[in-house]
Amino acid sequence: MLFARNGRSDSLTLEGRVLAPAQGIDETLRVTVADGVISAIEPGTQHGHVITPAFVDPHVHLRTPGREDEETVRSGTEAAAAGGYCAILAMPNTEPVVDTASVLAALVEQARQDAVVPTGFMAAISKGQLGDELTEMAELAAEGAAAFTDDGRPVVSAGLMRRALQYSAVAKRPLALHCEEPSLSRGGHAHDGAVAAQLGLGPYPSTAESVMVERDLSLAAAEERAIHLMHLSARESVTALDHALASGLRATGEVTPHHLVLTDEAVRSLDPNVKMNPPLRSADDRAALRDALRRGAVSCIATDHAPHARQEKEVPFEEAPFGVTGLETAFAALYTHLVLPGELTLETVVERMSAGPARAFGLDEPRIEVGARANLAVLDLDAEWTVTEDGFRSLSANSWLLGETLRGRVVKTIADGRLVHEA
Amino acid sequence: MAELRAPSPPRRHLLSIADLTTDDAQRLLETAESLAASLDREMKKLPTLRGRTVVNLFYESSTRTLSSFELAAKRLSADTMSLRSSGSSVDKGESLKDTALTLAAYEPDVIVVRHPSIGAAQLVARLTDAHVVNAGDGKHQHPTQALLDLYAIKGALGRLEGVRVAIVGDVLHSRVARSLVQALRLVGAEAVLVGPPTLVPRTLAALGCEVSHDLSAIADADVVYVLRMQHERMGEAFVPSLREYTALYGITPARVREGQVVMHPGPMNRGIEIDPRVADSVQALVTDQVRAGLVVRMAVLYDVLTVAPVTAPAQAVMA
Repeated sequence: MLFARNGRSDSLTLEGRVLAPAQGIDETLRVTVADGVISAIEPGTQHGHVITPAFVDPHVHLRTPGREDEETVRSGTEAAAAGGYCAILAMPNTEPVVDTASVLAALVEQARQDAVVPTGFMAAISKGQLGDELTEMAELAAEGAAAFTDDGRPVVSAGLMRRALQYSAVAKRPLALHCEEPSLSRGGHAHDGAVAAQLGLGPYPSTAESVMVERDLSLAAAEERAIHLMHLSARESVTALDHALASGLRATGEVTPHHLVLTDEAVRSLDPNVKMNPPLRSADDRAALRDALRRGAVSCIATDHAPHARQEKEVPFEEAPFGVTGLETAFAALYTHLVLPGELTLETVVERMSAGPARAFGLDEPRIEVGARANLAVLDLDAEWTVTEDGFRSLSANSWLLGETLRGRVVKTIADGRLVHEA
Repeated sequence: MAELRAPSPPRRHLLSIADLTTDDAQRLLETAESLAASLDREMKKLPTLRGRTVVNLFYESSTRTLSSFELAAKRLSADTMSLRSSGSSVDKGESLKDTALTLAAYEPDVIVVRHPSIGAAQLVARLTDAHVVNAGDGKHQHPTQALLDLYAIKGALGRLEGVRVAIVGDVLHSRVARSLVQALRLVGAEAVLVGPPTLVPRTLAALGCEVSHDLSAIADADVVYVLRMQHERMGEAFVPSLREYTALYGITPARVREGQVVMHPGPMNRGIEIDPRVADSVQALVTDQVRAGLVVRMAVLYDVLTVAPVTAPAQAVMA
């Protein structure tokens, strides 16, 4: 399900504070990697860096095919490597949409040529993501589709959503859902709160997300199928997920670093780099997201890395497209804004960035144990660095963190046994 | 002109009323009053901005705002030119950035921007060295309209502090209403927003004012400020019909009490949000507003240009 350039397997020795929350490890160790496999774990003495399982991002826009000026498989996976990721899942809302085996096959081939970090591809739920007819899910799964999503837009028809849930059992792949009721979000540019009211921005209410979350959880329960809820932003959505989990439904959810760190107050700048879908919401919504992540009700941190060409964001806020980049800044943003102030523990952040998303999508969990393929991130928690436009591996620089100085840096990434990033 | 005060600290742009202090608002009104005296003279032109250039960049149709900015610049002896989006390279798909940079190459002192999208004036301010005056950006802000409204209210009532203004109609889509509520707060006046919940949602209380869905809320207001009802809102089902809107919220002679003044930013829909008998009554300040527009815009141009010329290099990248 994951594809990458065939390359060497590396051998190296790492020493530091090994933190693998899913395995209950937090001690100073020396980890030896031989030919891409962890061959020895011994007591160590140097504890300058933190060694964690590498991260898994279930929500990345690689913009390929169609917008290779914004991102390519190469540039996007290099960005992922710089962010500490050993696996990413790419979204199918490309031009053309990944809705047939031939489009997917071409991408898989490209990943085998160019992907620095193992990459999985989601395929569309509906043909052309138009919400009318299902894609050939079984064939797409056979070709390597990691999951199905119409991300970028919702599955508007409840009837089609129900069929997708039923039919995905044949494909044996999860559905990842972008929950948005378009008749409530239409014309919306910011959360329906004080800031939008004051600025005159079209309101995008929390209910535009939560009524769709509730609908999809209800359909999934009736069909006894698991679903994954993408980029949750509203307290009401978390409440709905909590109820579903309490009643035994297999549902997972993800939140983005920007929804965990910012609120709609950031929109006052009218900077197009704080415009995303779903929009930044209130402090109360943000508190609900942090709490859900702490409790584990939401088990994944996903960047929703959405590159946009410079000219598309250099327009008035209202005309700018939704989306921000995130692969290269996710860990440092969360460490600086949530771990250092004591909002979340480092353990929680690491677990929700690695084991959590791997489990949600049935990928191999990155583990630090003898005999496992090496998937490791080495973090320098004391490093300070400033996010600048020319500092990205990504071809796009539409980051909400431009100009900010962050603490915590990924200094090495080992993905599938290969050293793919060294700062 | 000796009594005109300079802003402190220097203010480069006028993008939003939210950026102004009470002192800024009062200084602008005082400046406008001083300038008004000059308009009573036979020779109406002042040499104040001789050698300065004011460019008007208008992406939306406008009668009052564009004509008064042009005239304001001319009365202050500035060179002025106006560029409308139709008939320019904008028709050929030129971006706002490129049009702004093209105009900026002439090194204007002030660029006055009107644009249908929120954030347009901010973008021009980031991209050029000129002082930028927002002449309306989408549903966001129209700061010179709010200032001229304050000026007209003060002219009619003799005061601003404690004045109660009822703003009636489509507040949700109104940059005029947003700017005015903020401006009224700056000078110690108060606002109540009145209209159906679809056009005056609860969230608008965040502007710092009362919200009512009942027209009786205008009874104790000193000023009834009527907003334009935009026909296109019908298609979006914000109100079931203009007929029902007029029945519930139309400002008719019977609904205006003696001693109240009535304002409208124009253009009016006579017979929809405002009864023509009210529009033409002595209580209506509509033409006073237009006159106020000229002196207030003269004051704004004077104000942004009394700061030291900007010598910093162009901010080519987005903040």
